[in-house]
Amino acid sequence: MKKYVGQSVKRKEDYRLVTGTGQFVADIKLAGMLEAVFVRSPQAHAIIRHIDTSKAKELPGVHAVLIGDDIKGIINPITQFESHSAVPPNVAKEINPKIQYNDESVLAIDKVVYVGQPVAVVVADNRYIAEDAADLIKVEYEQLKPMVDPYEAMKEGSPLVQNQVEQNIQMEFHLSIGDAKRVEQQSNHVLKARVKTPRLSSNPIETRGVIADYDNRTDQIHVWSATQLPFEVRATIAHCLGWTEQNIRVTAPDVGGGFGPKGGVHPEEILIPYISKRLNRPVKWVEDRLEHLTSARQSRDQVHDVIVAYNSDGTILSLRDEFVVDSGAVNFFGFTCAYNTAYHLRGAYKIPNYDIKSRIVLTNKTPNVPFRGAGRPEAVFTMDRVIDMIARKLKLDPVEVMKRNMIQAHEMPYDQGILVKDGARLIYDSGDYPAALNQALAMVDYEGFRERQKELKKAGKNIGIGISSYVEGTGAGPFEGALLSVDSTGKVIAHLGASPQGQGHETVFAQIGADALGLTPDDIVIKVGDTAVLPFGAGTYASRSAVNAGSAMHEASLKLRNKVVAIAGIILGTLPDEIVIEEGKIFSKENPSHFLTLQDIYKRSRPAARPPLPSEIEPGLQVTHYFVPPTVTFASSVHIAEVEVDKETGFVDLQNYSVVHDCGTVINPMIVDGQVQGGIAQGIGSALYEEVVYNESGQLLTGTYMDYLLPTSMEIPTVKKGHQQHLSTRNPLGVKGVGEGGAISPPAAIANAIVDALSDLEIVINQLPVSPSRLRGLIKEAEKKQSTILSK
Amino acid sequence: MSNKVQVAVFVNGKKVQKKVEPRLLLTDFIREECNLTGTHLGCEHGVCGACTILVDNEPVRSCLMFAVQADGCDIQTVESLNSVDGPLNVLQQSFSDNHALQCGFCTPGFLMTLTHFLIDNENPTENEIREAISGNLCRCTGYANIIKAVQQAAQILQKEKSNSSVVSAQ
Amino acid sequence: MKPAVFSYLRPTNLQEALMFLEEYGEDAKILSGGQSLIPTMNMRLSAPAYLIDISRISDLNYIKLDGDFLAVGALTKHKDIENSDLVKEACPLLSEAIRWVGHAQIRNRGTVGGSIAHGDPSAELPCVLTALRGEIVIANVDGSEEVLVPEEFFLTYMLTSLQPDQMVKEVRFPIIPKESGSAFLELARRHGDFGLAEVAAVVDIDDEGHLLNVKIAVGGVNPTPTALEQVEEYLIGKKLTDEVLRQVSDLTQESVDPESDLHGTAEYRRELAGTLTVRALKIAVERARGGNNNVQ
Ligand SMILES: Cc1cc2nc3c(=O)[nH]c(=O)nc-3n(C[C@H](O)[C@H](O)[C@H](O)COP(=O)(O)OP(=O)(O)OC[C@H]3O[C@@H](n4cnc5c(N)ncnc54)[C@H](O)[C@@H]3O)c2cc1C
Ligand code: FES
Ligand code: FES
Repeated sequence: MKKYVGQSVKRKEDYRLVTGTGQFVADIKLAGMLEAVFVRSPQAHAIIRHIDTSKAKELPGVHAVLIGDDIKGIINPITQFESHSAVPPNVAKEINPKIQYNDESVLAIDKVVYVGQPVAVVVADNRYIAEDAADLIKVEYEQLKPMVDPYEAMKEGSPLVQNQVEQNIQMEFHLSIGDAKRVEQQSNHVLKARVKTPRLSSNPIETRGVIADYDNRTDQIHVWSATQLPFEVRATIAHCLGWTEQNIRVTAPDVGGGFGPKGGVHPEEILIPYISKRLNRPVKWVEDRLEHLTSARQSRDQVHDVIVAYNSDGTILSLRDEFVVDSGAVNFFGFTCAYNTAYHLRGAYKIPNYDIKSRIVLTNKTPNVPFRGAGRPEAVFTMDRVIDMIARKLKLDPVEVMKRNMIQAHEMPYDQGILVKDGARLIYDSGDYPAALNQALAMVDYEGFRERQKELKKAGKNIGIGISSYVEGTGAGPFEGALLSVDSTGKVIAHLGASPQGQGHETVFAQIGADALGLTPDDIVIKVGDTAVLPFGAGTYASRSAVNAGSAMHEASLKLRNKVVAIAGIILGTLPDEIVIEEGKIFSKENPSHFLTLQDIYKRSRPAARPPLPSEIEPGLQVTHYFVPPTVTFASSVHIAEVEVDKETGFVDLQNYSVVHDCGTVINPMIVDGQVQGGIAQGIGSALYEEVVYNESGQLLTGTYMDYLLPTSMEIPTVKKGHQQHLSTRNPLGVKGVGEGGAISPPAAIANAIVDALSDLEIVINQLPVSPSRLRGLIKEAEKKQSTILSK
Repeated sequence: MSNKVQVAVFVNGKKVQKKVEPRLLLTDFIREECNLTGTHLGCEHGVCGACTILVDNEPVRSCLMFAVQADGCDIQTVESLNSVDGPLNVLQQSFSDNHALQCGFCTPGFLMTLTHFLIDNENPTENEIREAISGNLCRCTGYANIIKAVQQAAQILQKEKSNSSVVSAQ
Repeated sequence: MKPAVFSYLRPTNLQEALMFLEEYGEDAKILSGGQSLIPTMNMRLSAPAYLIDISRISDLNYIKLDGDFLAVGALTKHKDIENSDLVKEACPLLSEAIRWVGHAQIRNRGTVGGSIAHGDPSAELPCVLTALRGEIVIANVDGSEEVLVPEEFFLTYMLTSLQPDQMVKEVRFPIIPKESGSAFLELARRHGDFGLAEVAAVVDIDDEGHLLNVKIAVGGVNPTPTALEQVEEYLIGKKLTDEVLRQVSDLTQESVDPESDLHGTAEYRRELAGTLTVRALKIAVERARGGNNNVQ
């Protein structure tokens, strides 16, 4: 029964967060706790000649100083995360991947490979003293040639970022169906373009942070981390330190935003537990913003060289793409982003001949990991720019070209002819892309806009409209679990592995449980983000929690309900089928006035001699369910941006932003809308403002918030939202993921809108962000070209 | 080097007197010395606004003040907005009602900025609200619901005010 | 990001502050609103041994008329300028410009003296002061005072002529006559950021719209804020025709020599200075024509 699912139930987590009583890592205080600070490499690529820590060690209040030599052979390096980077055998057969081993020592040993890499750690009474000591550590470096450009890095004979990774190509693969090359040769229309997406920094407003508290007596360690993946952190600590996994408890307390990079296990999450054990004291490290900008894992940074053949009516015949992922100094997530790009590139379009080559290259930059969208914004920016470029070459409206190539509703489920990352066939389960496009066009009054555009053009104003669509595989496995129990007060306690960073899990899962169990959300206490209570868990990333953990919650709740009605039937002397649970009242259909509560059931379920439960019912009210999805389920969306461009200054005014999206069953509309708006804000950031910039020597130029520009309230419009509900066929709730979607399309929609506003200049925007300086440069170039054509 | 200085401030109405290093940032004073961890640090260079508090009723970045500079001042933090375990105040409730927070890390800074803003601006326009919160970064919400929350809070506060003026006129 | 150790001094009057400066000179730094200094200390880019907190010197916080000037004490906060009716009346250009300084929280602490002493070429107040040909009053240890004009005071990027034992005491903005029109324009990547370029302009016109008097300065595009003297001279007696504005843009671009940075190339900023100068002039003339200098 759907009573709470579908409602904008207010969030349970809000009270503590608006009263300042939430508990983030930095807020945790333990008796005798010390604070750590990291000395980080100022060099992009250099040999460490000598480190002098003597002065730092002498400083009063300093308890320990460690450098790479101190942990050599003691702490294993962090390697690729097996759970995320393994290539299923059938996928391997199809894409023939070449993979080279790479890793990162938690403190640099012998050489440094990126600016910001941890070189030493100081532990002191507090952060002030620790920073004083860090200043006293002198490191002598011998510079090596830094590899900043991935194309340069791949050249034969270029210096190697990691010695064992030949040509700095950590991984490559080739995916192909049809015969793109032949189609190109036979086609009258062939488009070639290079499309780039910028390197980004995720910047949750809470930085990262770790606390570790070792207990000598039990040999147990409790680690609190601002992580998205407590289970992965636990596994990596166990792997790197050689500790018994069950002695490690990782808790993700309130986490202030994640967006991906908080899921890449970082060196600090290994070192802080290690030091806590060594000193036998609690140790805390809280990342500061400068560290976040230099050292926290970054993302995106792809360059696509596409060749597209198409008909004069805009039908795309083939797409060939060779793309390079600049992964920075280490690639921990295997082909996660790259293959996401490869299998999402065609989006809502049918392109029969398809040929993708991908290379993941190491350079002397901060390592990359997935960030909201994880390979999809790159794919969508490339594809939707291609659509727009084709339209402009053919002098067609981009909408026409989109429609020409779109998968139709009656073709669903649609088989794209290749495999998903998990090895399943890439089959879109449900959706109606043309309808979504039409709905979005109606929302913005597309025709009306075109009229207005003409009028305003006469007055010298340049407005433009740009569209992007995407299809997103969401709810990736491997699994997520829920462990439900009833306690003596009759409350249902649900433990889930997927911990949130603001997505409202405590509320959403309670809604799901409430409907399945016939309770109210207040009867259900959701506990998340603690490895102590659940043997297996994954985490929150890849728009997967509602799908995986939500389904686990649903199924576990049904299991619990079965048990409850079985016991109630015995007490009430009716068949379980006759039992109804409503608002916590458990009664027989026949006699609603005589009801039991969960407390009654709890009492009866206790192991006891008299009266006993029938032997087929196990005592206790506790159930576990692990949900394993068959494969991803496909959410989709259409985004439309409206801009005005100031030609003289290159400034872009984002006037309106509209979206129609399908995420299947909406569990909590308020939360879904919030995810969409927030995702779009990040997408707008990468379209217009954000970029991590390194200079030729690998020095980071965007090390503060004056240089790395997060959008403020003045830059983000309130998005107009339209909904579709095409239920997923791949989970019991019919849900699809929504967490990442918002961030995927804005770069393409906005770039297309800018191009549209300046259509008479025929400019091409294949690089982000579209800063005023960059755009003005393009405008001037185009004006020059036009005036030389005119004068000829 | 111990050259500690005496700092006496009122924090949420309570007098606090401590000897601290002059370099202690006001945020750290509030978080570590007063144990009020609702005030957050997001950047420590004055851009994100997560550390916003009221000093003598003006919103300021507490990461850009040394505790000693606040000597003798009246400080209000997010913890002053409602009584412990008590009901939320109008602004807090509006934030919850409108889903104006996701991770909630930025929220205390917004609340303090807006607490001041709503005193002087009974009926703010959307643009005035946007401008008012432009010194606070939120990475989760995309701001739209924060603006809605402020509009709701302003309306309720205005109603409350006119009700109470009716009462006092009687 | 925690500052290094320092000793804290809190003078209660100007004389005491100057004595501290004399004693600790190079090792000391003045702390005013702290909105520029403390970020650099948190990053440990600046680690003075002594910090002289002048914020409790009460008689340096004022806005008053003084002859042809609006005299502003060094400790006057940005927000006090923003909220002052006197400033709106006497120097609307300053009222308009002050809102471009950071965000409200910054303006609640930042001071006029700090903004001037900091010498940031893209800061708004130095640009306004330069356009208006204002004055900076400097206090010396021996009790004497010096009055400098912006050209003498701002030496280059983040460097002023202030000696370690000197202090900015007062900043003097010339009063803008009622019949003049003024405008401040800035473009920044995001709201509240330092500008890519900014322009402050004041004009007087006759009944036909000929320019009688022009004062104009640009910020963010040279190592110091720069008065556009060539443009000013060129414009006298002219009307703002398209041709004249084109000349203005060219002359402006010749007068500036910006550097490329993350947010814009040198070429871009140069052109932007020209564009903004033209736009600011148009607004200023429009406001002068309106008879009252209507700044929203
Ligand atoms: C996020 C952010 C955004 C900002 N945006 C802008 C902006 O857009 N435009 C802008 O103009 N500013 C901006 N600022 C800076 C802000 O305006 C500062 O307040 C101002 O520049 C300095 O004033 P202060 O009183 O805070 O000076 P402080 O930080 O206290 O001092 C600055 C410098 O001046 C010296 N000093 C201060 N007062 C005196 C004096 N009376 N005599 C001699 N030396 C003195 C100090 O020793 C120090 O070197 C921004 C700051 C931040 C953190
Ligand atoms: S922490 Fe103070 S403004 Fe960011
Ligand atoms: S709610 Fe997460 S930063 Fe604002």
